[in-house]
Amino acid sequence: MRPRRGLSHGHVGSLRAPDAAMALRNARDLYTRRQEGVSIWVVPATAITASSPDEKDAFFDPAADKVYRHPTFYEVPDGVQHL
Amino acid sequence: MNGVDRLLRLGDDALIAAQRLAEWHASSPEMEEDVALANIALDQLGAARLFLTYAGESLGKDEDALAYLRDDREFRNCLLVELPNGDFAVTMAKLLFLSAYQLPLYTALAARPDERLAAIAAKARKESAYHLDHGSQWTIRLGDGTEESHRRMQDAVDQIWPYTHELTAGEVSRTDWLANVEPVLDEATLARPADDGWAPDGGRSGVHTEHLSCLLAEMQVVHRAYPGARW
Repeated sequence: MRPRRGLSHGHVGSLRAPDAAMALRNARDLYTRRQEGVSIWVVPATAITASSPDEKDAFFDPAADKVYRHPTFYEVPDGVQHL
Repeated sequence: MNGVDRLLRLGDDALIAAQRLAEWHASSPEMEEDVALANIALDQLGAARLFLTYAGESLGKDEDALAYLRDDREFRNCLLVELPNGDFAVTMAKLLFLSAYQLPLYTALAARPDERLAAIAAKARKESAYHLDHGSQWTIRLGDGTEESHRRMQDAVDQIWPYTHELTAGEVSRTDWLANVEPVLDEATLARPADDGWAPDGGRSGVHTEHLSCLLAEMQVVHRAYPGARW
């Protein structure tokens, strides 16, 4: 779903439907009751390749001790806007 | 037909359709459909309130008095909306046929000089377009589905078809109504029943089927038992 003031779609939920066209309509009924969105994408669950919760450590922990990947070693010059 | 008669027809069609659809609540084939049918029922109820409030101003009654304190002979809804839900296919046939009527009707009313009526119709028209889409989608899927779903959808169309003549006896022409219905039946691989058969009517003059009084008994019982009760 893409919210009214947003550029990208975000996941809002899952549902059942006999096909893609009905999935879109069901999503409209379930997730836009309070004008939450202006655009909906539906994706069949079978088309999603997901990371495994069991491999969470191997997947994500190596990034934990690499502080140099964060832009925290710079002095922000005076007068820089939009940062 | 004067203005109040028209408003009562519009309001009663929507009110009775809403009450029938609400019967599916918590017993639809799946949760998603439960929400969809409840949405449509609430759309109809919202339109009914606007039409009946407007009608009531000429009659010196409020919307509650019109909804809860009239007997079946005083209701002006078409017979189609009061018919029992039947199975899911019958409910979808009713939804398709009713919305194929309400959409061109509201579209025409939205252009009328009566600004208040036009505003209500303009709002309801968008909702009807969605109802027509929903009824069409399911009719197509059931009709062009399995052998069993095709048989039941065809039975539903055949069963409800006679009651559609009452819809097209007034402000909406048969041609306009068929333009919404025939392409759906075609795509659903369903046979269009002939138009020369039984064509019951009477709803517009208050002569209803036996189903309406049962529906009203359930809808009106609380208000009649506890007049003026509020949440």
